[in-house]
Amino acid sequence: MSDTLEPQTFRITRADLVRYAGASGDFNTIHWSDRVAKSVGLPGVIAHGMFTMALVGRAVTTWAGAPDSVVEYSVRFSRPVPVPDTDEGTEVVVTATVKGTTDEGHTKLALTATCQGEKVLSMAQATIRKR
Amino acid sequence: MPLDPSFIGRSWPPTEPYLVGREKIREFARAIGATDAEYHDPEAARAIGYADVVAPPTFPVVITMTSSRQIIDDPALGLDYSRVVHGDQKFAYTRPVVAGDALVCVNSVDEITSRGGHDFLTTRTEVTTADGEPVVTVWSKLVQRGEDH
Repeated sequence: MSDTLEPQTFRITRADLVRYAGASGDFNTIHWSDRVAKSVGLPGVIAHGMFTMALVGRAVTTWAGAPDSVVEYSVRFSRPVPVPDTDEGTEVVVTATVKGTTDEGHTKLALTATCQGEKVLSMAQATIRKR
Repeated sequence: MPLDPSFIGRSWPPTEPYLVGREKIREFARAIGATDAEYHDPEAARAIGYADVVAPPTFPVVITMTSSRQIIDDPALGLDYSRVVHGDQKFAYTRPVVAGDALVCVNSVDEITSRGGHDFLTTRTEVTTADGEPVVTVWSKLVQRGEDH
C-alpha cells in the first residue's frame, strides 16, 4: 500500500438521501425538506452525516480490499453537505494517507472528505487490519 | 438551559436484543451503494469465515441511534433535539455485525461539556451479543447549539 491512496469520488442525490433515511431509520426533516432545512439556517437539504461517513467507509474498505477489515473508524462532522434538488446532486471526494502501523500491525489511515472544495470532515481516521 | 451534569458516568439497563436480519443488511448496503459480495451473498460471507452476510462498518448506528433514545429522550437531561447537530462519531470493532446476531446495547454518558454557548454530550454504546460477546463500541458526540447561535 503506497502512502497516498487513489482518491475516490461519490455522487449524492436527493434520491440517495431518501433511500438512506429509509434504510437507516433517520428521518430527520433537514435531510428531506428544504423548507425545514432553511428555517434552521441551512442552505437547503443536507446529507445525513452518517451517510457521508458510510461513503467514506466504502472508500476505506475498498482501499483495504476487504469488507470486514475495519478495526476503528472515527470522524468529526465539520461542515454540512448540501444536496441540491438536481439530477447531478453533489459530489464528495475522499482521500487517504497512510499514517503508520499500530503495535498490533494494523494500518492507520488519515482521511479527508471534500464537497465543493470544502472539507466536510475533520479528524477522520480509520485503522484497518491486515488479512 | 445547560444539560444536567449529573448524567455524566450514568449507564442504562441493557436494551432488548435487536435481531439483525439479512435483508436489513442488504437494504443498508444498497442504500450506501456498497456492492461487496460479503454484504449481500451468504456464500461469499461464509468464504471469509462468517455465518451469514456481514454489515458495512457504519451499520451499527441503525441499532445505536434507536437505543440511545434511552438517554436523549429523558426530559431530566434537558436536551432540545431541535437544536442538536451530530458532532463526532466513532466505532471500535471487535468484529463486524453479522446477520443472525441478537445484539444488546448498554448506553452510558461519557462526557457533558459546554463551550461558546453550545453544549456537548458524548454517549457510548457497548454493543454485545445477548450472550455478552463484544461486537462493537460506538461513541456519538451531539452538539446542542446555543439558542442565540
